[in-house]
Amino acid sequence: MMSVSTYPGRTALLEKGWFSAYKWLLLRRITQIGILAIFLLGPWVGIWIVKGNLASSLTLDVLPLTDPYLLLQSFLAGHVLESTAVIGAIIVIAFYLLVGGRAYCSWVCPINIVTDTAGFLRDRLHLKGGTHFSRQVRYWILGMSLVLSVVTGTMAWELINPVSLVQRGIIFGMASTWFIVAAIFMFDLFISRQGWCGHLCPVGAFYSILGIPSSVRVSAVNRSNCDDCMDCFMVCPEKQVIRPALKGEADNIGPVIMSPNCTNCGRCIDVCAKEVFKFSLRFKNSNHVPMVGNKEVRS
Amino acid sequence: MKLSRRNFIKSNAIAATAAAAGVTIPGIKTAIAKTNSKIRWDKAPCRFCGTGCSVLVGTKDGRVVATQGDPDAPVNRGLNCIKGYFLSKIMYGKDRLTKPLLRMSNGKYDKNGSFTEISWDQAFDVMAEKWKEALKKKGPTSVGMFGSGQWTVWEGYAASKLFKAGFRSNNLDPNARHCMASAVGAFMRGFGSDEPMGCYDDLEHADAFVLWGANMAEMHPILWSRLSDTRLTKEGSEVHVLSTFEHRCFDLADNGMIFVPQTDLAILNYIANYIIQNKAYNQKFIDKNVNFTKTVTDIGYGLRPEHPLEKKKTGTGGKLTKISFDEYAMSVSKYTLEYTAELSGVPKENLLRLAKLYADPDKKISSYWTMGFNQHTRGVWANGLLYNVHLLMGKISEPGNSPFSLTGQPSACGTAREVGTFAHRLPADLVVKNKAHRDFSEKVWQLPEGTIPAKPGYHAVLQNRMLKDGKLNAYWVMCNNNMQAAPNMNEEGLPGYRNPENFIVVSDPYPTVTAQAADLILPTAMWTEKEGAYGNAERRTQFWREQVSAPGESKSDLWQLVEFSKRFKVEEVWPAELIAKKPEYKGKTLFDILYRNGEVDKYPKQTVTDSDGNTYGNHEMEDFGFYLQKGLYEEYRIFGIKGPKKGHDLGEFDTYHKVRGLRWPVVNGKETLWRYREGYDPFVKKGEGVQFYGKPDGKANIIFAPFEPAAESPDGVYDLWLSTGRVLEHWHSGSMTRRVPELYRAFPDAVMFMHPNDAKKRGLRRGMTAKVSSRRGDITLRVETRGRNRTPEGLVFIPWFDAGRLVNKLTLDATDPLSKETDYKKCAVKVEKA
Amino acid sequence: MIQGKRSSRRQFLADSARTASGVALLALGLGFYAKQVQSLPATAIRPPGAGGEKDFLSSCVRCGLCVRDCPYDTLKLSQPGDAFAVGTPYFEARTIPCEMCEDIPCVKACPTNALDKSLDNIDDARMGLAVLLDQENCLNFQGLRCDVCYRVCPLIDKAISLDLQHNRRSGKHTLFIPVVHSDFCTGCGKCEQACVLEEAAIKVLPTHLAKGQLGKHYRLGWEEKRKAGGSLVTPDEQHKYNLPEGMDYDYEGQGLIKEKKDNVPFSSNPLDSLNRNAEQR
Repeated sequence: MMSVSTYPGRTALLEKGWFSAYKWLLLRRITQIGILAIFLLGPWVGIWIVKGNLASSLTLDVLPLTDPYLLLQSFLAGHVLESTAVIGAIIVIAFYLLVGGRAYCSWVCPINIVTDTAGFLRDRLHLKGGTHFSRQVRYWILGMSLVLSVVTGTMAWELINPVSLVQRGIIFGMASTWFIVAAIFMFDLFISRQGWCGHLCPVGAFYSILGIPSSVRVSAVNRSNCDDCMDCFMVCPEKQVIRPALKGEADNIGPVIMSPNCTNCGRCIDVCAKEVFKFSLRFKNSNHVPMVGNKEVRS
Repeated sequence: MKLSRRNFIKSNAIAATAAAAGVTIPGIKTAIAKTNSKIRWDKAPCRFCGTGCSVLVGTKDGRVVATQGDPDAPVNRGLNCIKGYFLSKIMYGKDRLTKPLLRMSNGKYDKNGSFTEISWDQAFDVMAEKWKEALKKKGPTSVGMFGSGQWTVWEGYAASKLFKAGFRSNNLDPNARHCMASAVGAFMRGFGSDEPMGCYDDLEHADAFVLWGANMAEMHPILWSRLSDTRLTKEGSEVHVLSTFEHRCFDLADNGMIFVPQTDLAILNYIANYIIQNKAYNQKFIDKNVNFTKTVTDIGYGLRPEHPLEKKKTGTGGKLTKISFDEYAMSVSKYTLEYTAELSGVPKENLLRLAKLYADPDKKISSYWTMGFNQHTRGVWANGLLYNVHLLMGKISEPGNSPFSLTGQPSACGTAREVGTFAHRLPADLVVKNKAHRDFSEKVWQLPEGTIPAKPGYHAVLQNRMLKDGKLNAYWVMCNNNMQAAPNMNEEGLPGYRNPENFIVVSDPYPTVTAQAADLILPTAMWTEKEGAYGNAERRTQFWREQVSAPGESKSDLWQLVEFSKRFKVEEVWPAELIAKKPEYKGKTLFDILYRNGEVDKYPKQTVTDSDGNTYGNHEMEDFGFYLQKGLYEEYRIFGIKGPKKGHDLGEFDTYHKVRGLRWPVVNGKETLWRYREGYDPFVKKGEGVQFYGKPDGKANIIFAPFEPAAESPDGVYDLWLSTGRVLEHWHSGSMTRRVPELYRAFPDAVMFMHPNDAKKRGLRRGMTAKVSSRRGDITLRVETRGRNRTPEGLVFIPWFDAGRLVNKLTLDATDPLSKETDYKKCAVKVEKA
Repeated sequence: MIQGKRSSRRQFLADSARTASGVALLALGLGFYAKQVQSLPATAIRPPGAGGEKDFLSSCVRCGLCVRDCPYDTLKLSQPGDAFAVGTPYFEARTIPCEMCEDIPCVKACPTNALDKSLDNIDDARMGLAVLLDQENCLNFQGLRCDVCYRVCPLIDKAISLDLQHNRRSGKHTLFIPVVHSDFCTGCGKCEQACVLEEAAIKVLPTHLAKGQLGKHYRLGWEEKRKAGGSLVTPDEQHKYNLPEGMDYDYEGQGLIKEKKDNVPFSSNPLDSLNRNAEQR
């Protein structure tokens, strides 16, 4: 069943106005670019608010932040962890436990802008075909990266991890970064829809596991208003996470989206003309059913 | 087959790799051979220090493309220091000046205008106008020139004629005033004849070496290499080093001594005292060859007369009074081991070891010094006190026994001293004060009697003061960078150059600090862009031919001097009564009188060739129509051969283009290695033994002079000594070496060498930027607590090569009142975090 | 339904196998690459406090904090395409060497101890080791007075000293041969940067490439004696010799000494000196 709109969110745009139809997208872009901008203030303007990069950073010379995924690799590679890094990682973990693990993907990671753009274009240009992966592959790669750390004694995955390559490359001004950006963009545009973030990226996989017990969630709180326009499914980068919450009333599931792979991007809230979705907390799930593993509806 | 430079290097690299692998690649060898065959090689002395290494200059397509150490040169046998290695690059800095530049606004000269390209004609028009204006208003003392120990011999000679005879102004002084004047003063006072008695062969003949304020390891690298070799290969040889901070010579020192600045005077007297107390002196030598004298004391510090220190002084000048040996012994007796050790901070055992060395009749000792002695408010004294020690022991004028003053410029000896470009000198040791000397000079120069003024002109430091005071108004700075060199730049240097009453001309190949302060800049040919001659520290005169043309409209200093002389009619510069003595000069130009005088223009235009038949250019010969260099030289030579001071004979012009230099006096084609000793010196008759013939009675002077404190010592506020100097990588003000990328990289900017404790006390760490200030100015630069120089607590050392960190904003314009040479080694500064 | 479930399980298994083998292939390639990357190329020198390459690659999270805190812009992060682990800090001595800051800001900045925090004296850093590679082109080996490498060395006379040798070609000059001492060389690279040749003759190499090792079965006697502060066995007896009158023999030093010499160059009787001088001159 298809909605009358020619593109997802059109109805919302018409009914809610431009700002409401793009609110969360706008906020996310501001956050993503803002984070990079704060990092770049130092080297570009000489104002050093944050030093380092997303792997590890120091804010205002006091607040250390460290990527727990990297630190886990380092630990598995046999390195005795240093307190600064551990404290930094704990702060990061605590933060994502609050706002949702994969909020990293949609609110922080600069690759997200690339893949979102690729996905948007793919839909708009009606590009079809390409290769299909299981969304589980990312967990395999995550596992592999950890096993490799143990086996090689080094952080082997970091040699090719595009996520860290790109964010570091942008912050440290490496020209070759743009080739990697281009490669991911092409991959998502021509080879696989949402291929990188939704299927392969072990960083996202790591954060999804981290985010299993996280608090902030999207809730289809007004799911009774749903007119089945499908716009939310069209824009969702992990569309499999919506159905249980949106359509689960009968099965006594939801309305909070409990899947750890929901990136809390809020795009569904934007595009829904009926205002079905809202940011909420996991505890607001009236019929709370604990998740078991990664049992999700596969797309 | 044409090989580009890049390809050449590439193929060389391939050849090297192939050679390493034991493979021969066809074509490579012939490529190298072909490239080499296009290069024309000719000899020239190195452009830098006074060592006088010889190099072969490789020229191709009108450009110096390579150099090599001259394997046949006796001084360096094919070796060079790292500056010499880069000689081929010094002429090709990307900012060479190629056109005259005048400060102009609205198409006219304006002291506050910006530099604008003009023609040589326009340049000389403005210059001549300013010169004539000054001469008319204030007379000959209002024009002057600051010359150079880097001038070629004939450039110095031509300048001397132009100013002392042409403009009748003795206000001509060379930058050697900052460098060698104290040595000159002491040679004249002690021996009546300038320049060392020994030569570099002493380096192989001595048993022991003592360095007094000379960092030979860095400043005379090739001589140091020879000295080190003797230390290595000669059993029992030893090296003693005295300095106010630890430098690279201490590496080799058997006895290294750090003394409190200025106390070298006491140490020297202590050695004399030790020799006398132990009756180790050479009685026979003293009786026959030495007079004992004392000098006037408390003579001030050569500052402006109104300076409190000058008002306090009780003595003036350097008059010598004869004393007896006993009086002399009494005078030095105060300088006991205890007193001297206490005063100088040198441990007793080190002082004793040094004194014993000098007192050992079986040890041949060569003492070397450079700026530590010369740049000293008692520089002439210090030089003399060392001669005292050598004379007491008779350790002089023989192989290995040699008090030897090293020079820092390639022709400090050849041009500044021998040609006599000092404000008080004429060629071949003659002085302007002496009527007979003036008479002789006027005769050689075919001038009317009384042309040369009797009063010595303004010396270097005085020139700056007179510029500031508006008494010296038309001023030409040539072949030096005095704005970076002269002391107290803020108070005494820049004000004079920018004084609206004055017109300042600077001739230089590069836009130096001095050029920036000028009103007119003249682009200058350098080194092998002209035919030249240098005289090194061991009295060796070396010639070279013009190898390449200078870029753009650059002209040699010689061309500039001689061409400028055409702008003056004799009536414009000489009074009528003087011209009346030589009526035939009426209506003539200075060029006619000075350079087209029948002697200088005696040698017609010819092709300059070498023994291989290669031909060379000579731009001056082209422009003036006669062999100017040869004419000037042959006229100059008359002073040495026929002049009132004997023993200054030079060889014929053409000889020097063939030999690797000759050490004067050159008599009957033979060089002199050791002066004043029978057998070695042709002017000492058989049976005379040693004869110091510069003095009327043939005796040298032992001159007692006491320890007197420095002009400015550290106090509560300015609590550190500042010593300045050089580093191996850069030469003098760095205008050449800092334009060689490799040398710049090797030592980019000046740093302040400082003791780590001194740094710590001021909250400084190595690498931090510090502000150094004296009563006269301040600079900021990086702190270095490690590295080549280790200063004791209480003293900092800053090299002066860096135009970006002008250490002469800090230095004091205190001079030796006798030699008028500045003390760049001692003033008081404070250091704080920048 | 059962049929469908079975087929979907089969499908699942097949999918899993496919994914597993794909990922395994990737892992294999990456593993070999990781191994290869551990051999740091000769041109890249790690910051002070970095241990062995493997340790370093297990601990460095490539955050670049050390790069940011380097006051001289010495440190850089490696880029994709460089021959060693991407994103890790390094420097090229020839371009910008380490200035050996006393407070070692790069080490302080490291959040993970990849740069060892226990390094508190920069002189103890071992970033690499300078090696005078090309003796054929080193100017000092030819007798020229360059020794720029020596003079720029922050640990002059310790990390690099000049070994003086007679120049047999010129006959009267000295060869000042630069010698690097691994006990002191921090690998800061000032020497390589300053070398005036078009291609540096002295280069800083990672220590594992630069250093040889003496066989464990041999000791240098004089070194052992120095370390022990004396002879390892009974000190030598006093030797006695048959010698003509007036001669002496110094077993450990000069050998045969023809004349005994006093410490002072003249006797205690001043007349001796006076008379000797009078006779001699």
